[in-house]
Amino acid sequence: MYQFNFHKADNLSTAVELFNAFDEPMYIAGGHTLIPTMKQRLSAPSDVIDLAKIPDLDAITLAGDTLQIGAMATHAKVAASSLVQGHCSALATLAEGIGDRQVRHRGTIGGSLANNDPAADYPAAVLGLGAQIVTDRRTITADTFFKAMFETTLEPDEIIQTIHFPQVDQAVYLKFPNPASRYAMVGVMLTRTAGEARIAITGAAASVFRAAAFEEALTADFSLPAIDAVTLPAETLNADMHASAEYRAHLCKVLIKRGVNALSS
Amino acid sequence: MSGSLIGKSVLRKEDHRFVSGKGRYTDDIQLVGLTYAAFVRSPYARADIKSFDVSDALAAPGVIAVLTGEEVAKDGLGGLPCGWMIHSKDGSEMRQPHHPVLAADRVNYLGEPVALVIADTQLEAKNAAELVMVDFEPLTAVVNPATASQAETLYEAVPNNLCYEWELGDEAATEAGLAAAAHVTTLKLTNNRLIPNAIEPRAALAEYNSGTDEIILHTTSQNPHLVRLIMTAFVQIAPEHKLRVIAPDVGGGFGSKIFIYSEETALAWAAKKLGLTIKWTADRSESFLTDAHGRDHVSEAQLALSADGEFLALKVKTVANMGAYLSTFASAVPTYLYGTLLAGQYRTPAIYVEVDSVFTNTAPVDAYRGAGRPEATYLVERIVEKAAAEMGLDPAELRRRNFIGRDQFPYQTPVALEYDTGDYEASLHKALKMADYNTFSARQAEAEARGKLRGIGLSCYIEACGLAPSQVAGALGAGVGLWESGEVRVNPTGSVTVLTGSHSHGQGHETTFAQLVADRLGLPIEDVEVVHGDTGKLDFGLGTYGSRSLAVGGSALSVAADKVVEKGRKIAAHLLRTDVDNIDFDAPVFKMIDSNESKTFQEIAFAAYVNHDYPSEELEPGLAEKAFYDPLNFTYPAGTHICEVEIDPDTGVVEIIQFVAVDDFGTIINPMIVEGQVHGGLAQGIGQALLEQAVYDDTGQLITGSYMDYCMPRADNFPDFKVGMTCTPCTHNPVGAKGCGEAGAIGSPPAVMNAITQALGGIEIDMPATSEKVWRAVQTMPALKTA
Ligand SMILES: Cc1cc2nc3c(=O)[nH]c(=O)nc-3n(C[C@H](O)[C@H](O)[C@H](O)COP(=O)(O)OP(=O)(O)OC[C@H]3O[C@@H](n4cnc5c(N)ncnc54)[C@H](O)[C@@H]3O)c2cc1C
Repeated sequence: MYQFNFHKADNLSTAVELFNAFDEPMYIAGGHTLIPTMKQRLSAPSDVIDLAKIPDLDAITLAGDTLQIGAMATHAKVAASSLVQGHCSALATLAEGIGDRQVRHRGTIGGSLANNDPAADYPAAVLGLGAQIVTDRRTITADTFFKAMFETTLEPDEIIQTIHFPQVDQAVYLKFPNPASRYAMVGVMLTRTAGEARIAITGAAASVFRAAAFEEALTADFSLPAIDAVTLPAETLNADMHASAEYRAHLCKVLIKRGVNALSS
Repeated sequence: MSGSLIGKSVLRKEDHRFVSGKGRYTDDIQLVGLTYAAFVRSPYARADIKSFDVSDALAAPGVIAVLTGEEVAKDGLGGLPCGWMIHSKDGSEMRQPHHPVLAADRVNYLGEPVALVIADTQLEAKNAAELVMVDFEPLTAVVNPATASQAETLYEAVPNNLCYEWELGDEAATEAGLAAAAHVTTLKLTNNRLIPNAIEPRAALAEYNSGTDEIILHTTSQNPHLVRLIMTAFVQIAPEHKLRVIAPDVGGGFGSKIFIYSEETALAWAAKKLGLTIKWTADRSESFLTDAHGRDHVSEAQLALSADGEFLALKVKTVANMGAYLSTFASAVPTYLYGTLLAGQYRTPAIYVEVDSVFTNTAPVDAYRGAGRPEATYLVERIVEKAAAEMGLDPAELRRRNFIGRDQFPYQTPVALEYDTGDYEASLHKALKMADYNTFSARQAEAEARGKLRGIGLSCYIEACGLAPSQVAGALGAGVGLWESGEVRVNPTGSVTVLTGSHSHGQGHETTFAQLVADRLGLPIEDVEVVHGDTGKLDFGLGTYGSRSLAVGGSALSVAADKVVEKGRKIAAHLLRTDVDNIDFDAPVFKMIDSNESKTFQEIAFAAYVNHDYPSEELEPGLAEKAFYDPLNFTYPAGTHICEVEIDPDTGVVEIIQFVAVDDFGTIINPMIVEGQVHGGLAQGIGQALLEQAVYDDTGQLITGSYMDYCMPRADNFPDFKVGMTCTPCTHNPVGAKGCGEAGAIGSPPAVMNAITQALGGIEIDMPATSEKVWRAVQTMPALKTA
């Protein structure tokens, strides 16, 4: 790790001010992505600005039909929240399946989304559930938030404040973990709202994406035969020592089928 | 009281220290004036070094010195040697490229150290290490062992990159067996390369006292005396008596801390050269890159059988990857620790094995938990199971037909070893019962009804432990005898300090050895303290590896304890004014046979040091005895492991449903510790079968350089292990123990892979059985095609 200066922000505007005052600033939330990369000297911020002391940034509330999760809510907090469990148990299950106990008690939903790791779990939830990302300056829809591998449409100094999850009728998250890292080798969030199926897939490609062909088929007919002939083209998928693109494509379909079964029973 | 402690699951004496954070590992040691080192490493698998420029690094804040491979060469340091000479078929000696402490003109693997930066803080050292400018000119790397002998030559003195072409056994008899066979089973396999992953990374702290001219090196070693011997006699950083090596608490080794590495050597050299106290602790990335890796074989084998399944001959051809340099014991692993084990538990009359060891631009490969024996067991037990399937025989029955019978010991195998004792039928029988082997088909049918594939696999392993009878080892090329030293030092108040050349880095010696000596002397275990890991305190010792500690080190203590009793009898005879033959030791009391007079152990201990009326010509004061125990033979732990798996054909995921290990370790001192060793070994063996693999790309970059890609097994990868024991005590050592540290890692991989192969209807895949490999195999199965 290189040397850096550490700052604690009391509110969002100070955080942004601090950010703009330095050469190579970085926000830190749970630090469970940032600190490992700093330790490996892959990341070298001059100034690290801690968001942890900003009041209420980790709050979880229900506003009408919308579940609002503060960016600083840890995975453990989301998993244990009765509000989350009541609103969308698939989201609680997803949070419970991230990393290990230590990671879940430090890592945050905001950090995970800002980071947009291609194998992270939360992007599938946000995209699959059609959530909205509320920042210190605007609201971004899930469909436009994730840009590319480790890239989002956030401005450099923009801070995620809350994530708004609308009510869906049904949702299920299925994760096939990479055996080594236990990040998602493939993760599928399958939801249904008023008959419309929505599927977000993480882990399989450079960034989370929606499986349009499957969505269409399942919206028309929510059954296994409906997707029998539907496949995911392997060409755009990731290949590494753990799984070829072809195998990833196959796993996506297996998980979608399991999701359909789970939501049909 | 004697006999009351052997076989008891006494809680580990060392655990209080470890679980309360009072362990003292190398990195915990703080000394006045401490400085820190960071290494500059090669970013290429193979490159020429054109020049070094250290000026920026030297000018960086806090930097005290920068030493490069050029200084190492200038100081005339010797290379890091390999301690075991292997001869090729044609009688020529193995080829050993110079292994520099720091490379000066050519690097041969990714991460090879080329320079060392010393600074006031670790941060400054690491920062400055990035400023050392090394002009590398990259060269094409040779990575694949299977084709290395046809690739570009890496070292002038090593034609075809061949370290040696070794053979063992009777080729003609083996060919005859193959010719006469009713059936020949052939098998090709790779034994996947592994990275050891001790929980504590390697570390060293070197201090130099210019007043005494002594270097003290604290380091993560399994055998501190060997460190001292090699650094002084071979690398020549100091005279042997001016280097003290201390291996304090060490957090695991699995073999990787046997070897003498560049970093620790460079630190000791630099400490003296610069008059500094210097610490270095590897980070996890450095461990992945530079701890000696394990396994990495490619093999082909043929097993000849008669019509009724009798093994007639086994022929094996193996290519073993040595990596870029010969590590300390590397040459012995795929030869004398491998070829000699190919008889397994069977009477196979003719065996012939050829091993070509090759150099590649990868980290050095050396002994890793099991060292050669897992590779042998994997090959033998895979081919036996395959033969059973091909001949339509029950694999348990085929093994039974070929077992060396319990009445056939001692048994001379065709590959050099003489097994002293064993009962293979007994462990097989017990394991089959524990695994409910007979009702497997019902479970298989039930799984099939759920759309799952079940398989059950056996592995009847044997290993040679207790390295080693020095005469045998010497005849086979070992550079040192492989006995062990021990001392039982009775203190005046009757407590005992036990000194051993073995080294505990997780094995629990402080308990087991205390138990052994306390039992022999009739003392409470609390009164016995075990001291190990310090060349300044102990006699020369050989250390811990090859499951040798209890069988060899424990035997030395047993002999030393007997000597203490003998001396005690003499003292008692003197005190009781009688003849020594009239004294009996009924632990812990020395009794006069023809009277009811006696002396307690404590009285004798006290008298040994405080009396002033000894007949000094016949009896010296003091009560401390040593032994250097040289075993008469290897020990031969053996047993049966059974694995039952279930495969999800949709995803290829393998779940271990049950794992049964029945082992014969001879006499057991502490069953709890032994069971723990079995569990750890199984985790590593099953880890090898399902999860672990070191992968380099074609340019020699390590893809599995972190836990993101190198898959370490976790507790939830395993079911509760079912562990059972049988016992045929070792016939030639006084403890009766055979060794238990590696058996789990040796026996389990073929059990897992045999189970998977059976579930896949005979389709063979290589370890690790990743879900994708299994899924692809399922796609080629005739009956069960899935989504
Ligand atoms: C061992 C391990 C296992 C893991 N396993 C998984 C897994 O299975 N699945 C998974 O999804 N993740 C996994 N993770 C990642 C973990 O969930 C991370 O904690 C998370 O991705 C990042 O959250 P953080 O709060 O730690 O962010 P930090 O590391 O603090 O920050 C990450 C990035 O986000 C930025 N950032 C943080 N908060 C905000 C904000 N509110 N607004 C704008 N930018 C912000 C930071 O500047 C930084 O660039 C694992 C991590 C570890 C160490």
